[in-house]
Amino acid sequence: MTAKPQPVRKRKHSRLPLLAQAGPVSAWMILFVTIPLLYIIYISFMTRGTFGGVEHEFSITSYQTLLDVTYFKVIEKSFRAAVITTLLCLLLGYPFAYYIARKPADVASRLIMLIMIPFWTNSLMRLNAWMLLFQTNGPVNNLLLALGWIDAPKMFIYSDWLVMLGLVTNMLPFAVLPMYSSIEKLKKSLLEASADLGARPAKTFMRVTLPLTFPGIFSAIILTFIPALGIYTITDMLGGGKVLYIGNIIKNQFGAIRNWPLGAALSVLLLLITALLIFIYTRFARIEDMEVL
Amino acid sequence: MKALADAIVKLLHVDKWFGNNHVVKDLNLEIQEGEFLTLLGPSGCGKTTTLRMIAGFEDATGGSIEVQGERIEDKEPYQRDVNTVFQNYSLFPHMTVFDNVAYGPSIRKEPKAEIKKRVTEMLELVQMSGYEKRKPEALSGGQKQRVAIARALINNPRVLLLDEPLGALDLKLRKQMQIELKRLQRKLRITFVYVTHDQEEAMTMSDRIAVMRDGVILQLGHPMDIYDHPTSRFVADFIGESNVFEGVVKAVNGELLTVETASGMAETQGSGFSVGEELYVSIRPEYLSISREPVTGFDLPARVKDFIYMGTVVKTSLDLADGKEIKYSRFEADATLREGETVYVHWDTHKSVAIKKEAEVEAS
Amino acid sequence: MESHHSIRRRKRSFRFLGDLYAILMYAVFYIPVAVMIAFSFNDAQRNYYWQGFTTDWYGKLFSFANTDLWDALLYSVIIAVLATIISVTIGVLGGIGLKKFRFVGKKFIDMMIYVPIIVPEIVLAVAMLIIFMTIGVKLGMGTILIGHCTFCIPYAVVTIKGRISGDNETLQEASMDLGANRFQTFWKVTVPSIMPGIMSAAFLSFTLSIDDVVMSNMLAGARQSTLPVLILSLNRTGITPDANALTTVMIVALVLGMLAVNGLQRHRRKKEARLAAEAEKAISTAGGR
Repeated sequence: MTAKPQPVRKRKHSRLPLLAQAGPVSAWMILFVTIPLLYIIYISFMTRGTFGGVEHEFSITSYQTLLDVTYFKVIEKSFRAAVITTLLCLLLGYPFAYYIARKPADVASRLIMLIMIPFWTNSLMRLNAWMLLFQTNGPVNNLLLALGWIDAPKMFIYSDWLVMLGLVTNMLPFAVLPMYSSIEKLKKSLLEASADLGARPAKTFMRVTLPLTFPGIFSAIILTFIPALGIYTITDMLGGGKVLYIGNIIKNQFGAIRNWPLGAALSVLLLLITALLIFIYTRFARIEDMEVL
Repeated sequence: MKALADAIVKLLHVDKWFGNNHVVKDLNLEIQEGEFLTLLGPSGCGKTTTLRMIAGFEDATGGSIEVQGERIEDKEPYQRDVNTVFQNYSLFPHMTVFDNVAYGPSIRKEPKAEIKKRVTEMLELVQMSGYEKRKPEALSGGQKQRVAIARALINNPRVLLLDEPLGALDLKLRKQMQIELKRLQRKLRITFVYVTHDQEEAMTMSDRIAVMRDGVILQLGHPMDIYDHPTSRFVADFIGESNVFEGVVKAVNGELLTVETASGMAETQGSGFSVGEELYVSIRPEYLSISREPVTGFDLPARVKDFIYMGTVVKTSLDLADGKEIKYSRFEADATLREGETVYVHWDTHKSVAIKKEAEVEAS
Repeated sequence: MESHHSIRRRKRSFRFLGDLYAILMYAVFYIPVAVMIAFSFNDAQRNYYWQGFTTDWYGKLFSFANTDLWDALLYSVIIAVLATIISVTIGVLGGIGLKKFRFVGKKFIDMMIYVPIIVPEIVLAVAMLIIFMTIGVKLGMGTILIGHCTFCIPYAVVTIKGRISGDNETLQEASMDLGANRFQTFWKVTVPSIMPGIMSAAFLSFTLSIDDVVMSNMLAGARQSTLPVLILSLNRTGITPDANALTTVMIVALVLGMLAVNGLQRHRRKKEARLAAEAEKAISTAGGR
């Protein structure tokens, strides 16, 4: 009786539940994500109109502009900042995540909640707070002067350094949470087994803990690096218009400068980088780890 | 044997494919009203799928399913007059015990006073009175199980389907629940269709057992029947323990067969076999006889290997001439048997079973 | 091999270092909040540096004199509430549906869901802006709302998907087995059993929406801005301390709300435990099982 499967005779299941449940979300995603993104790719290959706007004439001018020194420098700068931010977030965040993950479950969830609370305040106000701290005649400078570590107040504000601080402090939770989630899933019995087999704590960490928590680390990288690349509010607030990253440039193309194709091209660049990272991720990790959110 | 007209559930030529997997193959089964029937088999044999097809959670790819003479394959689960007790109880976590049990009646919009009365009755029946306000998370496994049973039975189903309901309980509790479930079934006289992979459980509770493997029913019958007269090697192996010999018929003397095996010449009762035919001979460990001297009839020389004390019985392993290991069990240790000793194994030919070599023999 | 003493001492110093590190980390997170609250008491027109203590700004805030600020807040809250309602509805339904069903293009939609989460918000905002402007849609509350929903919905979907286990499948089967049709099952069983997930998703959506800058900035009409956008523009000329006061009030309200909800939950759980214990005692004294 191992013939080919007979035609499936199914009960008459109504399609309504499927449409009602998966329908709206699918429609929304296609309408407001897929189509706009496709359109922006299209726009990036168009020419800039004389008064702003777009002429529907194919050209790769915008992409060529990206190779122009000034733009290229900005892109490179953003990249460097994003990389450093991500590294710092990983280095600072992992021990923190580990610390919390070792605590009993109820304590841990409260500790996590404690991390989240500051982020319920308006992010811009918090950035402004950093500004106030590092003002020329602000507390930090005054403290440093009083301690005699500097002779004259340092110009912290509007510096790359401050922007970096803003980036790291804003991105840290996005790094800590996925890493925490991954570390928390690590079964204690594995560490015990490693110790039982003769490995000292450092060795166990390198050969068991780190590899097994890699999915969390990778999630942290994605959730830190990509936003760091694209954000402009931090540079806006803390950089005062002097520090320009990719995000700022993109925004400006849609504001005063009105060079849509260029803005689109930069956006496409960001999209490509994102896609590349995701591709690497899906090759080496499991997609469920994204749901650490 | 009841007349076929009493069959309350009929599965006729039921087929189920999952993609390219033929999971249930041309299954035919008639379940009598009021009986406790168990679908027994290893994982993947199709028993749970079959149960779910009766319940309505899977569509049969082919064939028909009737309950009380009505075809139900096109009916949704909530349109069928059967109820299920799920493997992990599936109690609604956000509802109290009362609300869980009252769910079915409340969907049917029965009057509140009536519902309250029946819920109280049901909880009493499963010995969970007083737990009305508890939430499932505050119950133990055994308690959850009872609530799940009450929740199903309150709907007066003609057929109750149970999908390995005792799997998550510890041994002692499981044995206790087996007896309780059996008593409940007897008392209520509802048809129970039970699924399990535990053959001891099936033997304890069932009126009839359908042993399944690879999507077919290998044997259907009363527990003792299946135990004493397995019709295939698989069933002989699966139910209880068995020593199974492969051999060739050397002589046929009425119903007495002389069989040549790798371990020596043996005899057994069996009909329908011819000289030169290959077959299996199955003998249960408790039906072996051991003696120090060769006996008349036939005997297989063996060496005593080791003993396992299992509390109720002692299992002795013996190595036969060709190296085959067999098991011998008795209630008390034979103090005279020593490891390494040479003995002679034989048995009452009426206790052994001759099994045809085509392993798949469907129940008729 | 190290002696017991030195191992124990090492363990203890590790723990101390760990605690210290955690405190430092929390400091980094909370210092800006503390500073922000502190500067709501600053006796200055604009917050550049500390000029003295005053509670005047709270008075000014609650006199509703600064209409810009309150208008922006109201605008933000309305958008956030609407965005939450829309996003949670679509997102929860979507999360359930995507987990349960299989259909042509499902993999594609699954992927698309993650796009707004992963891709930098500016890219999304710009993409939508271009489309809106090309079609000729007027920028305003509608467009901001659409923008917010676009990134809130995926978060809602992911949250819900994470909460639905295989368990849910069997609960739905149990419900149908007992006679409830699909519609009844959805409302009586599915939704209540994922309620914590729904609440989570709602909270997440609200927070994301009310704090959003990028979308609100790019898709805003000329007339009204959301609160974060207002603050962004204020940053040029200097932020007035009443903005700090408002933010302080908001966070205090939020934290108090959290504590209240937590307290309620704990109270309810204690009550249930008490009822359970009473029932238990009643049973044992009655000699039942």
